[in-house]
Amino acid sequence: MISLEKIATLIDGWLHQHFNDVITLLIECVLVGVGAIALFALLGLGLVWMERKVAALMQIRMGPNRVGPKGIFQTSADTLKLIMKEGLTPDGADKLLFNLAPVLVIIVAMLILAPIAFAKNFQIWDINIGVLYVSAVSSMSVIGILMAGWSSGNKYALLGAMRSGAQIVSYELSAGISVLTIVVLTGSLQISEIVQSQQTGWWIFKGHIPAIIAFVIFIIAATAETNRAPFDLAEAESELTAGFHTEYSGMKFALFFLAEYINIFIVCAIGATLFLGGWMPLHIGNVQAFNHAMDYIPSSIWFLGKTLFLIFVIMWFRWTFPRLRVDQLLNLEWKYLLPISLVNLLVMTVIAILGWHL
Amino acid sequence: MFRQTEIINQPSTIPPSKEEGEYLTINVGPQHPATHGVLHLVITLSGETIINIEPHLGYIHRSIEKMCESLSYRQFIYVTSRMDYLSSHINNHACALVVEKGLQVEVPQRAQYIRVIMDELTRIASHSLWWGAMAMDLGAFTPFFHAFREREAINEIMEETCGARLTMNYMVPGGVMVDLHPNFQQKTKALIQAYYNRLDEWDELVTGNIIFQNRMKGVGMLSAENAISYGCTGPVARGSGVSCDVRKIYPYEIYNQLQFDEILETGCDSLARYNVRLKEIRQSLKIVEQLIDNIPEGEFQAKTKAVLKLPKGEFYQRVETARGELGVYIVSEGGTTPYRIKFRSPGFSNLSALNHMVKGSKIGDLIAAMGTLDLVIPDIDR
Repeated sequence: MISLEKIATLIDGWLHQHFNDVITLLIECVLVGVGAIALFALLGLGLVWMERKVAALMQIRMGPNRVGPKGIFQTSADTLKLIMKEGLTPDGADKLLFNLAPVLVIIVAMLILAPIAFAKNFQIWDINIGVLYVSAVSSMSVIGILMAGWSSGNKYALLGAMRSGAQIVSYELSAGISVLTIVVLTGSLQISEIVQSQQTGWWIFKGHIPAIIAFVIFIIAATAETNRAPFDLAEAESELTAGFHTEYSGMKFALFFLAEYINIFIVCAIGATLFLGGWMPLHIGNVQAFNHAMDYIPSSIWFLGKTLFLIFVIMWFRWTFPRLRVDQLLNLEWKYLLPISLVNLLVMTVIAILGWHL
Repeated sequence: MFRQTEIINQPSTIPPSKEEGEYLTINVGPQHPATHGVLHLVITLSGETIINIEPHLGYIHRSIEKMCESLSYRQFIYVTSRMDYLSSHINNHACALVVEKGLQVEVPQRAQYIRVIMDELTRIASHSLWWGAMAMDLGAFTPFFHAFREREAINEIMEETCGARLTMNYMVPGGVMVDLHPNFQQKTKALIQAYYNRLDEWDELVTGNIIFQNRMKGVGMLSAENAISYGCTGPVARGSGVSCDVRKIYPYEIYNQLQFDEILETGCDSLARYNVRLKEIRQSLKIVEQLIDNIPEGEFQAKTKAVLKLPKGEFYQRVETARGELGVYIVSEGGTTPYRIKFRSPGFSNLSALNHMVKGSKIGDLIAAMGTLDLVIPDIDR
């Protein structure tokens, strides 16, 4: 069966035959870069379409259905429109920072893509501190948002950026701690090892109740970190019109929009990797027939399926819940989620020491 | 999770400062997603905390009162559909009533029944739209579509009978313009049944939501005394426990023969006003239920002269619209047009309480409090 791993090995082998090591590495870097950008474009188009269809499902309407079958080319048409539009820079804006901000946000999103395992042995960069790297890089996206809000020279944008700063910095903590609970179980920060450790069962099943608590907290924190409703205070369109990207138009706006969906994909991918076994197929105890059947489904499909499921859950949130107020948002994090996740981490450590998770 | 009652009840906790740069002034509106129209609020902020709110009106002033002075007593009713466009039936009703009062016309029973049913259907439609918009203001989009689906059914019923969906112009001096459509009774009965189910669904979707409750509880506090002194009426005042339902206190048409409750809540906050409106929908359904099977046969319009002339004098009539008390005041010199006409619109008085309600709270609270005032800007500006 063709797997992503085989394709990667084939290309690598072919390149090694024809070029020396340095040139091979260079070509592979370019290929990975092109691949990442292509993935970005596809994810952006696909997830926006999916969001609109999910919204339509919740709101008893049809959703996009004119451009292409089931409206799948609607987002392509929208992107084309955004590319054609003039990218305005307001007079009162700090020109350099204003134009830099969307690029920075996109770069951060692109960097986090590196350690994610898309399929069995198919990873851009299997760094040994993968989880730490993801946490470190993802907290940089707040800089882009603050930059955008401040440099716009718009009060709505400034308020939105201020909120975003407080929000992302706070929720980073409980997201990090809930990730740590899994690291405690695995004993490794490396993504490939975390996935490998779930061969006998996903952590959400093996890790007892603390793993489930950590998973729920992770999903809440991930929603908040990606500025999605009910935590979309940075944009809060009924309060701040469009929040930090009020002044952005055309392709610069599209970059923010794209980054939002890429970030959703990334946090869901991390969630699927840590709690739902990444590309590991679903195995039930010793039911051999079932396990073999599951093994036939390619690992990339498993990974993508789990990620899309989590994305659907996050979209479901958006179209169901009202938005929190800014002080309630911070109360939820500092008074509830953070203490719970700290205690949860402690309980998980005890479980790991006693070896109950094996 | 958090109650802000203490802070809101002391609006003077933040001392006013004249120093430049300490406060941020932002313009919410005239084009803003949360003002639902061309309302312009100049907001002074200290961080996220609101120091002062100054509403600026006049963006949609069409001088309706002046226009009415040059229109005959039959014509001016049609202009009033454009005031509070979400309760145009009730506006028309008020005008028809004041003209009938001046002419001493006896309205046929059938017309009275039809008028009350139409009024209550309008109230249901208006409250439904408000419910959707309120949830959307708080960031939940889905309820908006659900609300519009229900409202659409009412609009269809209206369209069949009145020929219009928004500006009905159905009430005329002496009765209603045309008789009911043959489908009216059957469709309305189906609607009532569907609505009872939908209201339970709404409670599940929004009212019981913990985030929603926390956003509404203790927000936009308006005590009974303040509600009276700002002249608030309708659900806004009833949410503070002030009994002010014109249908009960100064009953017009057949309201004194009907079984319905005036909804009073004592919460004084946004949640209380929210609950008042949702319960009012149930009361309106109850009223329609009582009337729909008992519409008497007969004339739907009293015989009136072709040219109406009100005797010299002053005439006033108040009705209960979806937003509160609407008063129509006509000064007549005995001619075919009013000498002076004045509308007392509920939205204007309710808006004036906004600054008091949200001083010292967060921007998010402004949206939650303003949403429960159910502002319709053309009603405020006229």
